Amino acid sequence: MRQRYSIFSLARNALGFHRNWQRVWRSPPLRDAYDVVIVGAGGHGLAAAYYLAHNHGVTDVAVLDRGWLGGGNIARNTVTIRSNYLRDESIPFFAKSVELYKGLSRELNYNLMFSQRGMIDVVQTYPRLRDLTRRMLAMDIHGSTYRRISVAEVRRRIPPLTGGGPDARMPIIAAMVHPDAAVARHDAVAWGLARAADSYGVALHQNTPVRSLLRGPHGGISGVETERGTIRANKVAVAVSGHTTTITETAGLRLPLKSYNLSAFVSEPVKPLINVVVNCPDIGVYLSQSDKGELVVGGETDPQQSFRRGIKEAVFEDAAAAMLDLFPSFKRLKLLRQWGGCLDFAHDASPIVSATDIPGLFVSAGWWGGFKAVPVGGLTLAHLIATGRPHPLIEPFSLKRFERLEFILESGTTSTR
Amino acid sequence: MLTIPCPWCGDRHESEFFCGGAYEKARPARPETLSDEAWVDYVTVSPNPAGPLVERWWHQRGCGLWFFLERDTLTHDIRPLFDGEDHEPR
Amino acid sequence: MSRVDRGSAPDALIDRDSPLRFTFNGRTYTGYRGDTLASALLANGISLTGRSFKYHRPRGIQGAGYEEPATLVQLSGGEDATNWPVTRVPLSAGLAASSVNCWPSPDFDVGAIAQVFSRLLPAGFYYKTFMWPNWHLFEPAIRRAAGLGRAPTSEPDHLRYETRFHHCDVLVIGAGPAGLMAALAAGRSGARVLLVDDDTAIGGRLHADGDLVDGRPASDWLKDIAAALEATGTVRCLSDATAWAHHEHNFVMVTERGPCPAHVFQRTWRVRARQVVIATGAIERPMVFANNDRPGVMLASAACCYVNRYAVRPGKSTVVFTNNDSAWHAAFDLHAAGIAVRGLVDVRPQIPASLLKRASSAGIVVHTGAVVQEALGGRHLRAVRIASRGDGRKTTIDCDLLCTSGGWNPTVHLYSQSRGRLRYDPNLAAFVPGEARQGTIPAGSANGAFGLGSCLAEGRDAGHAAAERCGFAPAATDLPVVSDPAYRIEAYWGVESFGSVKKAFVDIQNDVTVSDLELAVREGFGAVEHAKRYTTAGMGVDQGKTGNVNAIGLLAALNGDDPGAVGTTTFRPPYVPVEFGAVAGHRPGSLLLPYRHTPMTRWHKERGAVMYEAGARWRRPGFYPRAGETMEQAVTREAAAVRNGLGIYDGSPLGKFDIRGPDAVKLLDFVYTNDWDDLGPDRGRYGIMLSDDGLILDDGVTFKLADDHYLMTTSTANADMVYRMLEGLLQTDRPDWRVAVTPVTEHWANATVCGPTAREFMRTVGTDIDLDGDDFPFMSMRVGRVANLPARMFRVSYTGELSFEINVPAGGGLQLWESLIEAGQAFSITPIGSEANHLLRVEKGFLSPGHEVDGTADPYDLGLGWIVSGNKPDFIGKRALEIRRASGGPRRELVGLLTADPHEIVPEGSPITPDGRKEASEGFVSACVMSVARGRSVALALLRDGRARIGQTVSIRVKKDVVRAAVTKPVFYDPAGERLRS
Repeated sequence: MRQRYSIFSLARNALGFHRNWQRVWRSPPLRDAYDVVIVGAGGHGLAAAYYLAHNHGVTDVAVLDRGWLGGGNIARNTVTIRSNYLRDESIPFFAKSVELYKGLSRELNYNLMFSQRGMIDVVQTYPRLRDLTRRMLAMDIHGSTYRRISVAEVRRRIPPLTGGGPDARMPIIAAMVHPDAAVARHDAVAWGLARAADSYGVALHQNTPVRSLLRGPHGGISGVETERGTIRANKVAVAVSGHTTTITETAGLRLPLKSYNLSAFVSEPVKPLINVVVNCPDIGVYLSQSDKGELVVGGETDPQQSFRRGIKEAVFEDAAAAMLDLFPSFKRLKLLRQWGGCLDFAHDASPIVSATDIPGLFVSAGWWGGFKAVPVGGLTLAHLIATGRPHPLIEPFSLKRFERLEFILESGTTSTR
Repeated sequence: MLTIPCPWCGDRHESEFFCGGAYEKARPARPETLSDEAWVDYVTVSPNPAGPLVERWWHQRGCGLWFFLERDTLTHDIRPLFDGEDHEPR
Repeated sequence: MSRVDRGSAPDALIDRDSPLRFTFNGRTYTGYRGDTLASALLANGISLTGRSFKYHRPRGIQGAGYEEPATLVQLSGGEDATNWPVTRVPLSAGLAASSVNCWPSPDFDVGAIAQVFSRLLPAGFYYKTFMWPNWHLFEPAIRRAAGLGRAPTSEPDHLRYETRFHHCDVLVIGAGPAGLMAALAAGRSGARVLLVDDDTAIGGRLHADGDLVDGRPASDWLKDIAAALEATGTVRCLSDATAWAHHEHNFVMVTERGPCPAHVFQRTWRVRARQVVIATGAIERPMVFANNDRPGVMLASAACCYVNRYAVRPGKSTVVFTNNDSAWHAAFDLHAAGIAVRGLVDVRPQIPASLLKRASSAGIVVHTGAVVQEALGGRHLRAVRIASRGDGRKTTIDCDLLCTSGGWNPTVHLYSQSRGRLRYDPNLAAFVPGEARQGTIPAGSANGAFGLGSCLAEGRDAGHAAAERCGFAPAATDLPVVSDPAYRIEAYWGVESFGSVKKAFVDIQNDVTVSDLELAVREGFGAVEHAKRYTTAGMGVDQGKTGNVNAIGLLAALNGDDPGAVGTTTFRPPYVPVEFGAVAGHRPGSLLLPYRHTPMTRWHKERGAVMYEAGARWRRPGFYPRAGETMEQAVTREAAAVRNGLGIYDGSPLGKFDIRGPDAVKLLDFVYTNDWDDLGPDRGRYGIMLSDDGLILDDGVTFKLADDHYLMTTSTANADMVYRMLEGLLQTDRPDWRVAVTPVTEHWANATVCGPTAREFMRTVGTDIDLDGDDFPFMSMRVGRVANLPARMFRVSYTGELSFEINVPAGGGLQLWESLIEAGQAFSITPIGSEANHLLRVEKGFLSPGHEVDGTADPYDLGLGWIVSGNKPDFIGKRALEIRRASGGPRRELVGLLTADPHEIVPEGSPITPDGRKEASEGFVSACVMSVARGRSVALALLRDGRARIGQTVSIRVKKDVVRAAVTKPVFYDPAGERLRS
């Protein structure tokens, strides 16, 4: 890395009125061939590029983005990182991601503001308690921590949580705490990974929309057609979230994915109020407070497929009403910003990190809350690209599972329901 | 909230409806004649265009009609798609 | 107080006869009704009103409306709210306000120490440090420093928010000159019009600019037009109502403050309009130069507004700094109000002669081709240093007010939210509406028409066009006579601050400076979205209403681009911050998730039942604890009553569907896995429904009432989903099938009596149905009377005991229940809840959604292969089931478990792992109860290859403990089913 960041370099540069900082990443000229092309300069694409270079020494890599780097879902999520999953396939995967995140700021020499502040799941129905207990016991065998705490402790740890009393429509009956859960600054994750990948020689090309995938005479991938010209590559990875199918269908590849808009919103910034991530699955809302003081609130996806990064006000009103039911003092707190992101759900709502029927074409898709999986998603995708074999952590997440209709059902349902 | 054109009731708020999802083709009449691959494709893969998409909608809190329409997934522009009494896709 | 003396001319919007006392930062002041907190503070000579977010620099009031970037206040004294722009707080008696983010006061603020370190804190400094040892160490301090005000802590139960729908032909947003004419023109044409405005009085900038309309004061014309709007009979006007979101299909959210009736605090209107006229006006942008944040620096339009609307002089002597014509008119107004205009600094070398002439006649010294380089003074503006752009000559002018105008930005937020395109207009140096994507028409200054005359004309035309698009013929509407001065501007973004070491602010609220933007570009964050995120420009509570376009202009200059090429960041709702209460409306818990009650719910609750969510928002008794009983004791007692005597439960929420038509069997054969053509009359059959990917959707018993008439039951939670599926299937996939499905769940109340004495008991209740086992066998139904009510009686059993499910029309439910309870006293009848039901079904190995049926199991896994017909060519899920089975992979199968320790209860969901090691599980415990029949714990589990492992021992891993259990068949009581058939 060219210019190291530290309090000392900051002080040194202050003397020069910060006029000597270098570009965080270069804008190299676009070549017509690379060993590997990654479509999508979001969290997963950048992480894959970084790990390709860092772990596998593969540096002749181009990362292409149709817009600005880090402008997709990594720019518009609710920054929660956690590993409280149910299935044997999922828990180790996400636990690894949390572990990677922990060391990433120092590894990248970029402060991702990774803050392991823990998450509390507020439980309001007995079926939920049963589900989460099952989750707790399953996580325990994989070394991930999740434990039950009393209602009194929840109220002590989250002072504004004054709703949900014994006479409420949905009384709080228990809570689970997941101490490993964390938040991080989403833009920093993209920028830190971009800077590190760039320092290894990875070429980052913004404003380079991919029109189609190109296939060679034997059916294998041979490159991509972009709005800036043709780029040849024998290995192409698609990591474009909601737009996966629009890219893969240019090569005739149909995937079990549907795109949805997921929106979130933030409040005006206020002094510290809540220092954990609070998740209320029974009423469908979760929130945390950013370092800037804004409450970041997430809800449900739109009820229909969408590529529009919009605000479905019915969904968002429900989330706000649900929040107020538990946090009645927030009625006069103000909504400041809201936004949507386009993400893709696999048929079984679990991620896909996989080779495809087209030799040389890899996909990383179906991320739903993909921010939490950025490091491990990148690590395993890089392993797959570099070695041609799936990393053990992603073996279950291959496209093969759909051929046998053997799903990884985290939520106990398929997305068709 | 979208305005959904119900063939029976006319324009209504989206909150009265349930979106039944993308509709590509009718369920195969004789599944046993399909290859495993074709059946898996039918079950797991549905259209996901960034553009016009044919969907089934149900006027759940209204007349109870299931019907088809075309909605653009980029703009939410909607085109009604019904024909006479049987509400078959045009 | 520094009020303008108007002599006998009345103030339109402030009432000098109604003085109001209020406190600010602990000191008491007086203002008038009609004042905002900002105008009252300025009238009291308070110019230092806050401290900034990052550097804690002294700040004053810069704007007059929502655009205010500098001073945010915390409200108390009957209010509990924070981060309000001081300019948007209406003065009220007893109002108590204080500046946010400073302690103890803006005059002496401890946080101002940050200014000393400010050079260490450039944009994004936190990305470059605080990594060692980890961020968590530094985070608490950063968090305390960030955030602005304190969140409200009270629970404002007295504040009622509500929402309502509204439909109209034309929604006009903004009641300034353009909006008023649009509403009048559309209304007179016959369109139903809703006119909304975020100010307390209609008129918009007319109140601030002091223009004459038809030769009269604007306030007189406004009275006439209000009357004219009223006279149309089709225009409804909401004032103090802000449109803040413009969604698809012209769905607009408008929040009205203080509506009628008085007990409503805010009302959010969800407006669906066929056409929307966007007449939202324009917002002036400030000039960028060193120390442009000093108290006393103000937007020219704001100063004008204070003088003309509030009769307040925001200073004694002023300098005006601009690049356009409009600020010249502001200067003339300030001069007329008795403020000494010490200089008019314009970046343009050439100024229109008419303006120069008016300045000269007012005695105003004009500096053309010059800029303000720096504002001087610390806590208050003392003077400005100006420099000629030609020869660089510097002059210092003393003043306590500096009015700046960098031009006007059309308020395009809502237009952009409606997906309307924006384009950069170099003649106006602003982004203006381009191509519309919905039925939206921008008009007036929101459309870049900045003169009063053109605003009025565009408004009228937009009103006519909107009415015409809705099918109304435009009705003639005259325009008033006004002066329409030209608006000329030369783009100036403050580039002369480049390289300066003094702070020149682009985003005043977030303390973002020109050098922060320079740094962003230097480091590669020059794209507008990158720059915004890296520097946080535009991300404050004011959402960059004054700063964003300056930032775009500066980025353009730094990148060597045109502002149009840089583009704007995305405009998203809300246009202004909106209280969450107003977003949610009046939705306390029971409206958020409405209850579904059975006719017997009140009875259960009066008997002390603990109520459970039963799915689909139904509530059911979980158990009925007696005094002193624990839950376990109550559940055991209830379950034992069923096994040994008589129990009764309320089964009303069970999903019920009436299926009628000649093709009813076709439907059943298609949705269930088993065969239905051989079911006899009055007989029932258990069925399993799959999805087409071969997973279990639901299960239940269906009875045949007649050849073409069936009653289907489903689980409570899945009833709605099953109905949706059946209707969708029949209406779109199989429209030729002659069969109709009617949901009748709520039509029938259900009381189920169960236990060995059930038949004996039923004979005492009084029924004309022959209860004898041979005449009324298991899995059959009878129609008759029970307790003087018409009833359908079913012999099914979910408890494993002899059971009679009695269904009566819902209106008779409570009567039936009370009759049964009364008659049952002789049998010690025991009402039981879902916990006891659960215990009893686990003893029998019956399945339960959410436990064994967790979305992954197929019928074979659950030992229900016998229910999958091999005779049918097709049913939903058949093909998928075959494909999954063909792969021959290991499956998790339903088994029973008996723990080594008979008293051990393992938590439901406990994983079963190889030898109890901490590794991937081979199954899990789906249910575990203390069996009353066996006097020990029994469990059900899904276990890999479980049926082949019956007789073996497995290990359940419960955190630190390993529990050994023997694998058994999944039935622990009456395996032959003799009791339920009895």
